[in-house]
Amino acid sequence: MSDSAPAPVKEIEARKLSVHYGRHTALSGANFDVYRNEIFGIIGPANSGKTSFLRVLNRMDTFTPGMRFEGTVMYRGKDLRDWRNLYALRRSVGVVFPLPVGLPLSVYDNVALAPRLRGVRAKAELDVTVERCLRRAALWDEVKDRLGALGSLLSGGQQQRLTIARALSQEPDLLLLDEFSIAVDPVTTMRIEDVLKQLKSEMTIVLVTNLTQQARRLADRTAFFLQGQCVEVGPTNELFNDPQHDKTRAYIEGRFG
Amino acid sequence: MFEPTELNAHNWRIEQGMRVLFLGMTLLLVLPVVIILAVLVYKGGPALSWAFLTENPTGGMTTGGIFPALMGTIALVLVALIASIPVGVAAAIYLSEYAPDNWLTRLINLAIINLAGVPSIVHALFGLGAFVLFFGFGTSILAASLTLAIMTLPVVIVSTRESLQAVPQPFREACWNMGATRWQTIARVVLPNAISGILTGIILEVSRTAGETAPIMFTGAAFFLPFLPESVFDQTMALSLHLFVVATQVPNVPESLPYGVALVLIGMVLIMNSASIALRMVLRNRKKW
Repeated sequence: MSDSAPAPVKEIEARKLSVHYGRHTALSGANFDVYRNEIFGIIGPANSGKTSFLRVLNRMDTFTPGMRFEGTVMYRGKDLRDWRNLYALRRSVGVVFPLPVGLPLSVYDNVALAPRLRGVRAKAELDVTVERCLRRAALWDEVKDRLGALGSLLSGGQQQRLTIARALSQEPDLLLLDEFSIAVDPVTTMRIEDVLKQLKSEMTIVLVTNLTQQARRLADRTAFFLQGQCVEVGPTNELFNDPQHDKTRAYIEGRFG
Repeated sequence: MFEPTELNAHNWRIEQGMRVLFLGMTLLLVLPVVIILAVLVYKGGPALSWAFLTENPTGGMTTGGIFPALMGTIALVLVALIASIPVGVAAAIYLSEYAPDNWLTRLINLAIINLAGVPSIVHALFGLGAFVLFFGFGTSILAASLTLAIMTLPVVIVSTRESLQAVPQPFREACWNMGATRWQTIARVVLPNAISGILTGIILEVSRTAGETAPIMFTGAAFFLPFLPESVFDQTMALSLHLFVVATQVPNVPESLPYGVALVLIGMVLIMNSASIALRMVLRNRKKW
């Protein structure tokens, strides 16, 4: 971000955010901001609370037994708890989780579901949306001849890209990606990464990844989570080149034991 | 050269033994069904004819056909289904998809299971008290069918709920995460994938409803009524009660007659079951995960 750029708009403000599952605490006292139209990377080892943060953003605590959060999360200037219409909130937030769930509908219907939920009926409009989203998820070429095939019977990597296409079909303001490339080959991953770089002009992207290099390639700013704490947040270059904490340095240098 | 150890051989013998044991139990289960069908066909077959199905009983029910009883049973089953399916399926959807997991829900589930265990004669007395007398439907198809509906509701609810629960939770969560409401999720993802299981529950209900005797005896089924009912407020004959009557209450009935009635009753259930199973297979072939 150059010096002349206007001050970034805060899309998400997390203050003293803690997430609990029953008696287990997954994230405690996290404070950080995510700016509009940036890619915000979250790195950290397993069990560090990365996914829990994403789950709060979509208010998944309302249907996950035992899950609750404390502190405040402002999304688009409004406390998440004050979003009375959770369906509207979730429509503006697209999520992709590491275990892809292809709905037992056709490939076409999987991607057309979100527009249909919004009330889009026209076949021509749906066709355009479905193709655009599948292209962006680098899946179009593989499925364009079998859009009627069951989404739940695609291969694991294809289902993962299908869920990306489905999330994009929501035309979200905020896209949450949790290990989106876990079952995707490196070449396709690169294609999707290129798409993400373009997409950030339209939306804010939070990218949770175990591949520190992926965060380095994509993220404008990166946070390092460890054992339920947000250890460090900063511009990606600074975080990777000059980390303020020894643990961050140890993790990104792969010396973590 | 591979030589099985003593342990391998031991496991192999146990494996074979278990196989034979389970196979034997299965055959033991199939045997009565085969015998019942064989006896019915052998003894009741001669009574069957087109006239048997389409004529009224004559000669003090010792000759003639079973037309009013056959139509009566179909009417009773249809009205009972119309009454119980919407209520049962809706209740199951609530319990499976909307109800919070708390003590009240668990209590309701327990009550439904217990309702399924209430003897049919108790349902008959309830139907007599509630529908015949209190609501004033009289002894009628309506009263009898509602009694049957109440009796079979637990079956519909339990089987519908179980087929809804068989749809994996991640599908629901994926939908909710996209901003789908509960109902949108149910209508677009859950129900289409549960429909074959729901139909199974309805098949079970039909089989049970068609054969029940006690609940309709007091509430709407007539001993002898050689014409068709005109509305749901009329009494009707029914195959199950007719079978009981010609087998035990009427003198000088030819031996083949009760067997013929039983054969028609079983045949009716089998035909409905096969139709539903065929429908189920068509629906099932379209999907899965």
